[in-house]
Amino acid sequence: MKQLLSFTKKEFLHIFRDTWTMMIILVLPVVMMLLFGYAVTTEIKNTNIGVLDLSKDELSIKIIDRIDKSEYFSLKKNYSSFKEVESSFRRSEVGVVIVFDENFSENLLHLNNAEIQVIADASDPNSAKTLVNYVSNIIAQSLKDLNKAPQSNYQITPELKLLYNPLMKSSYNFVPGVMGFIIILVCAMMTSISIVREKERGTMELLLASPTKPIVIIISKVAPYFFISIINIITIFFVSYFIMGVPINGNILWISLLCLIYIFVSLSLGILISTIANTQLIALVVSAILLLMPSMLLSGMLFSVESMPVVLRGIAQIMPAKWFISAIRKLIIMGVDLKYVLKELGVLVFMGVVFLTISIKKFKKRLE
Amino acid sequence: MDEVIVVKNLTKRFGGFTAVDDISFEVRKGEIFGFLGANGAGKTTAMRMLCGLSRPTSGDALVAGFDIRTESEKIKANIGYMSQKFSLYEDLKVWENIKLFAGIYGMKKKEIAFKTDILLKELGFVSEKDTFVKALPLGWKQKLAFSVAIFHQPKVVFLDEPTGGVDPITRRLFWEMIYQAVERGITVFVTTHYMDEAEYCDRVSIMVDGRIDALDTPKRLKEKFKANSIDEVFYQLARKAERKAD
Repeated sequence: MKQLLSFTKKEFLHIFRDTWTMMIILVLPVVMMLLFGYAVTTEIKNTNIGVLDLSKDELSIKIIDRIDKSEYFSLKKNYSSFKEVESSFRRSEVGVVIVFDENFSENLLHLNNAEIQVIADASDPNSAKTLVNYVSNIIAQSLKDLNKAPQSNYQITPELKLLYNPLMKSSYNFVPGVMGFIIILVCAMMTSISIVREKERGTMELLLASPTKPIVIIISKVAPYFFISIINIITIFFVSYFIMGVPINGNILWISLLCLIYIFVSLSLGILISTIANTQLIALVVSAILLLMPSMLLSGMLFSVESMPVVLRGIAQIMPAKWFISAIRKLIIMGVDLKYVLKELGVLVFMGVVFLTISIKKFKKRLE
Repeated sequence: MDEVIVVKNLTKRFGGFTAVDDISFEVRKGEIFGFLGANGAGKTTAMRMLCGLSRPTSGDALVAGFDIRTESEKIKANIGYMSQKFSLYEDLKVWENIKLFAGIYGMKKKEIAFKTDILLKELGFVSEKDTFVKALPLGWKQKLAFSVAIFHQPKVVFLDEPTGGVDPITRRLFWEMIYQAVERGITVFVTTHYMDEAEYCDRVSIMVDGRIDALDTPKRLKEKFKANSIDEVFYQLARKAERKAD
């Protein structure tokens, strides 16, 4: 026990004395949160909008007013011809332009058919699509509210209802993702590198030739990263709750349990990598390519796993991050009960046990 | 007990490759035993088995009175080990390294503090107590590594090419430290590439292709092989080697 404590202290010293390690484990999580929160956002806020209103009647003005007042758009330009519209797009002044036909409201009232054109800059197809959706929703909503909707009996107005994340905030999506990523980074990558560093420098051999038990070496290696991960998770929750306004709907106890299990899986992965790799570089590459990149891309953090090709979907299934993100999303955002994430928990526990068993076997073999 | 290390028919095979081929020898208490051989001759493998880092395929050995097969933990507590690579923690201070390793070997805090002061005085390192090891010159690091390896007063210390890459003056100083260790009752088991260092040993063994081809005092080996130096003895034996150096 005394040995374990002095070893753990030594590991903490290694971490505290290495500026880069400190940066990665303490600053990176916050930077990632802020980056995803404010820079890499897929949500729409205050997009500049232009209007070419050829009818200039009461109804069109009301609709424009409504769009302008929404938090998503702000009216920047009023055009008088199509020519102006095009040059305005070229100068990237606006993201969307709405064109009202001449006699817009007359046509709507008498012919039951009026045209509104929504033009978007599709050089960024994803945001163009989202913008057009938003605009059409607002228009449909305004028409309905103003009771000027087409009177046809066959008209079906689709009504979208977005569950759990009614404002489509992307922070709901990336907070679980950033957690999944950071834990893999700290637990798997940093742990494996720190074990392999001792192999590379020859100190591991010295330890093995001493009366220290291998299990003490491993536990002391893992302990600091375990604590740091917990601090990271708390930091991420703190930033997401107080700064980004992401609610924590689920039971804190279950959320903590899930996080601990995920940390356990990541740590055993780290130990596993360290038994395979002989140089820090290999440990780094293996964890970056086999863990970090797929965790980022395949875990559902940035892209939905369901819409991926079969092969990638298969690979995603063996990524611990995917299961963690799926479960934590259910727990913190949907606020479901533990029984709805039992499958994810089971898979994670299974993975952890498998990784740990293999690495202990490999570690022993190496001593032979 | 006069023999600190007793090796009988020790063999280590990796698949079809016999790294250590049926070696037997004894190391007496208080002697400096030189373990010579070309690269790939099997020195390190043999040494690792004696340190309890690797299990023999067949044969037996006692180190400090303990069986390497069944009592490797006890052996580890009674030996010191210094590996080929310089291996202290570079990002720990001088005293932290000493304290860490002394603690591993179960020394008490008070004893550690007391002996650390003495050691630093002996080495002339007093002002370097709080220096990070990475800031020390290589020769100093090597001296410190050796001091750490014998800090807990082991029965035997295993040195695996301890003077690799060190300048001649430091090598000379290093050997003086080895003699001092012997005076304190520590038996020294040392592998080396430098044949002039072999002359400093009480007895040397020369390993060729996993076997020990010669074992005696440097003086008698020279007489037996009609050579002027251990260097010549070594070349006469090493020339017969079939195994390629790695």
